[in-house]
Amino acid sequence: MAKALSQLPPPDHQLLVLMLKWITLAPLIGAIINGLFGKRLGEKVVGAIACGSVAVSAVLAFLSFNQLIHAPKDANDVRRITEHFFTWISVGNFQADFAYLLDPLSGIYILFITGVGLLIHIYAVGYMHGDPGFYRFFAYLNLFMFMMLTLVLGDNLLLLFVGWEGVGLCSYLLIGFFTKWNVAGDASKKAFIVNRIGDFGFMIATFLVFTTFGTISFVTKNIGGHEVASFLTQVSAPTIAAGGVLTAIALLLFVGATGKSAQIPLFVWLPDAMAGPTPVSALIHAATMVTAGVYLTARCSAVVVKSPTAMTVIAIIGAATAIFAATIGLAQNDIKKVLAYSTVSQLGYMFLACGVGAFAAGIFHVMTHAFFKALLFLGAGSVIHGAHDEQDMRKMGGFRKYMPFTFGTMFVGWLAISGFPLLSGFFSKDEILWKTWSTEALPHVWGFPLSKILWGIAALTALLTAIYMTRMMVMTFWGEERFGKSHGDDHGHASHGHDDHGHGHGKPHESGWLMVGPLVVLAVLSLFGGFVGVPAAMGGSNHFEHFLEPVIAHAQPHGAAAAHAPAAGDAHGAAPAEQHAATTAAPAVKVEEHHDTTTELALAGFSILLGLIGIGVGFAVFGKNPLKPMPKLLEDKYKIDELYDEVVVHPIETLSREGLWKIVDVKIIDGVVNGTAKLFGGVSGVLRYTQTGFARNYAAVILVGAIAIIGYFGYIALR
Amino acid sequence: MNLITITTFLPLIGAILLLLLSLRDSGDQKAANNLYRYATLAITLVTFLVSLVILARYDSSNAAAQLVQKNPWIGSLGVYYHVGIDGLSIWLVILTTFLMPIAVLASWHVTKRVREYMLFMLILETGMIGVFVSLDMFLFYLFFEITLIPMYFLIGVWGGERRIYAAIKFFVYTVVGSLLMLVAIIAIYFYNGGTTFDIVEITNNIQTGKTLIPGNVQVWLWLAFALAFCIKVPLFPFHTWLPDAHVEAPTAGSIILAGVLLKMGTYGLMRFNLPFFPSVSQKAAPWMMGLAVIGIIYGALVAMVQPDMKKLVAYSSVSHLGFVVLGIFAFTDQGMQGALYQMLAHGISTGALFLGVGIIYDRRHTRQIADFGGISTPMPQYSTLFLIVALSSLGLPLLNGFIGEFLILLGTFASPVPHAKMFAVLAALGVILSAVYLLWMIQRVFFGEITKKENAELKDMDGREVLAMVPLVVLAIVMGVKPMTFLRGSEKTVTLVKEYVIGKPAKVAENHQDK
Repeated sequence: MAKALSQLPPPDHQLLVLMLKWITLAPLIGAIINGLFGKRLGEKVVGAIACGSVAVSAVLAFLSFNQLIHAPKDANDVRRITEHFFTWISVGNFQADFAYLLDPLSGIYILFITGVGLLIHIYAVGYMHGDPGFYRFFAYLNLFMFMMLTLVLGDNLLLLFVGWEGVGLCSYLLIGFFTKWNVAGDASKKAFIVNRIGDFGFMIATFLVFTTFGTISFVTKNIGGHEVASFLTQVSAPTIAAGGVLTAIALLLFVGATGKSAQIPLFVWLPDAMAGPTPVSALIHAATMVTAGVYLTARCSAVVVKSPTAMTVIAIIGAATAIFAATIGLAQNDIKKVLAYSTVSQLGYMFLACGVGAFAAGIFHVMTHAFFKALLFLGAGSVIHGAHDEQDMRKMGGFRKYMPFTFGTMFVGWLAISGFPLLSGFFSKDEILWKTWSTEALPHVWGFPLSKILWGIAALTALLTAIYMTRMMVMTFWGEERFGKSHGDDHGHASHGHDDHGHGHGKPHESGWLMVGPLVVLAVLSLFGGFVGVPAAMGGSNHFEHFLEPVIAHAQPHGAAAAHAPAAGDAHGAAPAEQHAATTAAPAVKVEEHHDTTTELALAGFSILLGLIGIGVGFAVFGKNPLKPMPKLLEDKYKIDELYDEVVVHPIETLSREGLWKIVDVKIIDGVVNGTAKLFGGVSGVLRYTQTGFARNYAAVILVGAIAIIGYFGYIALR
Repeated sequence: MNLITITTFLPLIGAILLLLLSLRDSGDQKAANNLYRYATLAITLVTFLVSLVILARYDSSNAAAQLVQKNPWIGSLGVYYHVGIDGLSIWLVILTTFLMPIAVLASWHVTKRVREYMLFMLILETGMIGVFVSLDMFLFYLFFEITLIPMYFLIGVWGGERRIYAAIKFFVYTVVGSLLMLVAIIAIYFYNGGTTFDIVEITNNIQTGKTLIPGNVQVWLWLAFALAFCIKVPLFPFHTWLPDAHVEAPTAGSIILAGVLLKMGTYGLMRFNLPFFPSVSQKAAPWMMGLAVIGIIYGALVAMVQPDMKKLVAYSSVSHLGFVVLGIFAFTDQGMQGALYQMLAHGISTGALFLGVGIIYDRRHTRQIADFGGISTPMPQYSTLFLIVALSSLGLPLLNGFIGEFLILLGTFASPVPHAKMFAVLAALGVILSAVYLLWMIQRVFFGEITKKENAELKDMDGREVLAMVPLVVLAIVMGVKPMTFLRGSEKTVTLVKEYVIGKPAKVAENHQDK
């Protein structure tokens, strides 16, 4: 079984194999136990199994990450550990294994997935207390962990897709967790279907990768007795010029990413997904699953950088999504909806980073965002919990004195996302802004560099982010206490809530330690998590980026990819075949490394200023008047859902019902058939004068057939 | 005695036993009915076990027919009793013997003429197995037609309100096709010197050029076979018999119809059309793919708007079988293996879907989606199993439906057939639509508030129902996680059939890159 590709000594390796396997198996087993027997086990045991299994997986993730850091580098300067479990599908020259790849990229992902995942599991034990579906909830949540880890550890596109669809399934099950609530049912279905549209792109991309490179694996594989290099390696070969196929692959993968990571035009499912329990929103719809699209793009960066068109599209969509969602976030009154649109917006940043070739910065933001957004969501959950299942911020206000811990930790999250200096969000967001400003991967539009336009949009988004987050904080924690006045229950959520432990609808209360504890840990991570990636210009050494560098491709200046490809081919003619990613392919980029430190610092200062202005504006506008009406168009989310319904959903439904079914099937095809049948009926009707019964009817038809056959052979014979 | 012969005729012998049992029928109708049920269940189970022995003896590294029995039957015509299994048929035989006990369990509530009902079920099983194991065209045709009669009666006698219309429609459609096939069979017989109906021999003769059929005649013969099989599949636009047949058929009838009978069509295409007429098959491939793709999308769109659960599943079959035809005419290992896999997967998941619909139909005597809603509360176990089945049907990875669909789409995308890439992309849209219609049904039937008080008190599955459903669900998961167990069994023969059509790899570039 152990077909080792790593050069580790045997004992270590044995251990590592075991570790990699159990990172994913532990939560799977947890899910199975809780799913099958959870009903009889009781809350305590279910919670222990669920958290325990994720804890096992977190510990193993840290241990194997440690192994990875100390693993010897391979020929391409990459540390990686691979493990083959079994061949999943092998047909003809196609092969997809059940095999894991641990390298810096997947290593970072498993760390924060299991870490944040564990915290959210613990929190959820408190949050879901008393819910009749407690065991079901944790079975799904554990299953999600298994799928998410499979997604990032899979060593080929198809296994990645297994995780991809698997997390989609868990998301579906958890959004619709309150099964009686129709809104939840609609939202879960919508999430699944919209994601399927994205998956369509992913699938076609997989086919194209296979037909183009003969493999869909991220590592070298032995397929049918031949060593086949990973498609990422093959595509990085200087002889492969950018072309239509690569652009198609990159863009189709990105279509998949827009589904899972809620980008324009497929973002519509994520805000609705807030119908799920809040820990789900934190884990799946903020910290982990929705960043899978960024993971996919970074994982396939070698393909993406070969296509300047794809890069440009990704950057534009990212920036557009960022500002678009931020404007909607400004006008939402449901605390979770604000955070949902904020997530869409932040994901836009991550794609902007990918589009400008700063994949590492994108992943950095994925990580810091996982910290502060999970914190904000869990904080919001605590608020909702404490406010007796109220999500409408218009009915909150003044909560800070009732919920000091929730307030304190959310305060940190708020500053982090607003880009307050030295907090985690500041470093990662600033990095993206700077890379956008300084990139050469983007073209000029009407003589003006696109990079500067996108930077402007990103900076404006940063300002808006600070404003809407401040609005949210003000509406929730400061100002006049608006709760208890009228409890218009327009959510329907309360009736299904988990919060049936006998409080009246009185004053808000602080949550228990199971919930506050994880908030504190996440607050600490949000405070200091950014220091792993302090840029050189600020006196750091950006460990994060250097760690990721070997597995991430570098973008080439726009227009260079096509023009310089042959030249690069000459220069690297002797490069080994196993050259991973185009790390050294573009000398032009090297020059770029010596960027202007002064500019970088000036821009950093500017973005700090933006954040502070945003906070200031937020207080100035909403401090006195937290219920200030916002533009209707924004509150209605630009009516995108309505547009899709009118333009896509209804026409297809009408066509299917009135056109295909009632006309083509019933009128046309059956018309012909029934006409023919009448003819047959006529014949058998004649025969029925002498014979009755169906079996004889059958014989009669056989007779007709026999006559036809004899006639045919008579014709052949006489010809 | 030959294992395959035993498996094929065990059900028939059982049917005869059932007739004998009835001679001793005492006055107690209820006890007698139970006796018939248990006896039939026992017979089908034994048949299944024997078929597992075949599986154990089967050598997957050999592409040719195995465990063969060949005896002269009608000497003067050159008709032989010739049976055997190869990679195309092995899993379909197992699928048949596996689904039968489940179908019998699903028929427990049948009270009308139980003995006759079970009799027809058993005859049907012999017919279906016979179709897959026949290596003689005459024998094949015989079994092909035999399956028609019991099915006709199962729908026509034990069916719903419009059963007569549905039965006749089913019958007329199928007979029209199979008569044309009979003509073609006889023509091929004469082109082979009028001495043999043997499929293996004829395939060899044609492939080695010993038998030459004029091009235009080939086209007609191909069409005759193809029409018979496409009606059976059913391929768009020959599909309208299917929804009616399914809606009116009793639950077990639907399970067998969808699970096995439809596969006789796709099996026939692989057994006859491809090896007998390689060049016509190649020319026809884009057309077949086109019809398959229309069927995939059309079936899914129409399924989406059905108010009746059974009709919805029936139309979904049109869509899923479209995938199978698409894969067959891709002429790639992935496409054809995927097609075979999809046949099995569809048999399992759609069989389970019909079983599921039958379970609530038994309780509520309605299949209208609008009559349900919120039943996951009174029936949690049932809802969970049904959801897994639906997910397998919509092609979720790690469940069986995905493997087939993915391989078919991949194989089509890599196919040398003109426009294949376009067809693959269009067909992939069906994957989106299958999520739409299945999840929509799931939501309207299982989730939300209970709106009708009849639904509030529904009983969850009983032991018999669990016994019928769980094996299907388990298999759906096993087939999704460890597909190689099954794919290995068919790969050699499938490659052989592919090479019958497009020649050995040396002649054809393996990697169809277009850059």
